Amino acid sequence: MAVYKITPPLTEEVVSLLKAGDEVFITGIIYAARDAAHKKLVDLIKDGKELPFDIKGQIVYYVGPSPAKPGQPIGSAGPTTSERMDAYTPTLLKLGLKGMIGKGFRSKEVKESLVKEKGVYFAAIGGAGALLAKAIKGSRIIAYEELGPETIRELIVEDFPAIVINDVYGNDLYEEGVSKYQK
Amino acid sequence: MREISAKTITEAVAKLCQEANYYLGEDVVKSLEESISKEESPLGISVLKQLLENARIAREEAVPICQDTGSAVVFVEVGQEVHIVDGLLREAIDAGVAKGYIEGYLRASMLSHPLNRKNTGNNTPAIIYTEIVPGNHIKITVVPKGGGGENMSSLKMLKPSDGVEGVKNFVVEAIKQAGSNPCPPLVVGVGIGGTFEQVALLAKKALIRPIFEHSSNPDNAKLEQELLERINNTGIGPQGLGGRTTALWVNVETFPAHIASLPVAININCHACRHKEVIL
Repeated sequence: MAVYKITPPLTEEVVSLLKAGDEVFITGIIYAARDAAHKKLVDLIKDGKELPFDIKGQIVYYVGPSPAKPGQPIGSAGPTTSERMDAYTPTLLKLGLKGMIGKGFRSKEVKESLVKEKGVYFAAIGGAGALLAKAIKGSRIIAYEELGPETIRELIVEDFPAIVINDVYGNDLYEEGVSKYQK
Repeated sequence: MREISAKTITEAVAKLCQEANYYLGEDVVKSLEESISKEESPLGISVLKQLLENARIAREEAVPICQDTGSAVVFVEVGQEVHIVDGLLREAIDAGVAKGYIEGYLRASMLSHPLNRKNTGNNTPAIIYTEIVPGNHIKITVVPKGGGGENMSSLKMLKPSDGVEGVKNFVVEAIKQAGSNPCPPLVVGVGIGGTFEQVALLAKKALIRPIFEHSSNPDNAKLEQELLERINNTGIGPQGLGGRTTALWVNVETFPAHIASLPVAININCHACRHKEVIL
């Protein structure tokens, strides 16, 4: 299993290097969006309207951070459960989204869409929000401030740690890991 | 009649909300440390170590262990010799939750209506369970409960003929279904008996009993051990990436049941099994 340092926007070439079980450290800009924001994004797409950010090659992080203390860029900021975004994900992948960071398994449709559209699904450690916040150096609200913790944010990250779960080859680290240790 | 002011309750609740979210219980820390020596997966060991590091940062910097600082579930035991003055209990608790969450930089996760889905902005209302008990004290337990584990929790009205094997199968199946979603390693609360609504509450209350403290009922204690072994044989492991440590602990709470019924509920918690209490 390899370790890669990556920076979005991700090309198809970079995404194709990543295999289930690989570790990545992400530096650059990623976008925070979870349930309510996904619904709004997909509604915009349905209406043929422009998205609040150019999604091509980008990584979306499923996170609703806790409020930042004074002087801090962000509060605790670990991943939320990804399956709630499954219904929206294939639409976003089709538009050029390349990566997602969350936790927990994805639907069959999402996994197929990752293979077809050349995307990758990463997991960050759920429940390690205080630790993961250390890799987030800046945060700026770019849309839907009224959603509170579900606001879309641009996050500046430095060596943000994640693990490849689903790759463009149809591999699934959750399935592989569990079958290895099952008794 | 002993008088306790609503303001005292508000201040206590605010403090408990923050303490529960910043400070991982010592029982959980000890359990995570012990699990490292038993874990076979190198990735699993790395995850367990990072969860301990996360708890250290949260404790030292007074920031939440997890960004999901939960619904504020509050158990209140009110001694029947107590008179609450200068306010109402419900309002005093909600004021404490609002104060604790806003001043403590905790996330507001409550929506005013489950379908309209507008954030109330201060994590109220609290989910409150009140019980009248003997004495002249009030005991308040704040249990911030995150969505990840809650969404994977489950309840079933089994047939009495399903027996203890049926209970075990139901619990283990729920854990398998949950997989990586509720951020294993888990703390698992199981309720058995009572009625439909009560069994879920038993499962929630089971999460408050500390790790390493088995049920005082020997049959329940045996079931706790058997369930833990079966859950850890699923191979789900830390974060669902494969390994031995799927759950840190299982607590079982039971209540008498109707001749026709065998209710069972499982309430799943991540490692951050948050609960803090105070006696006023």
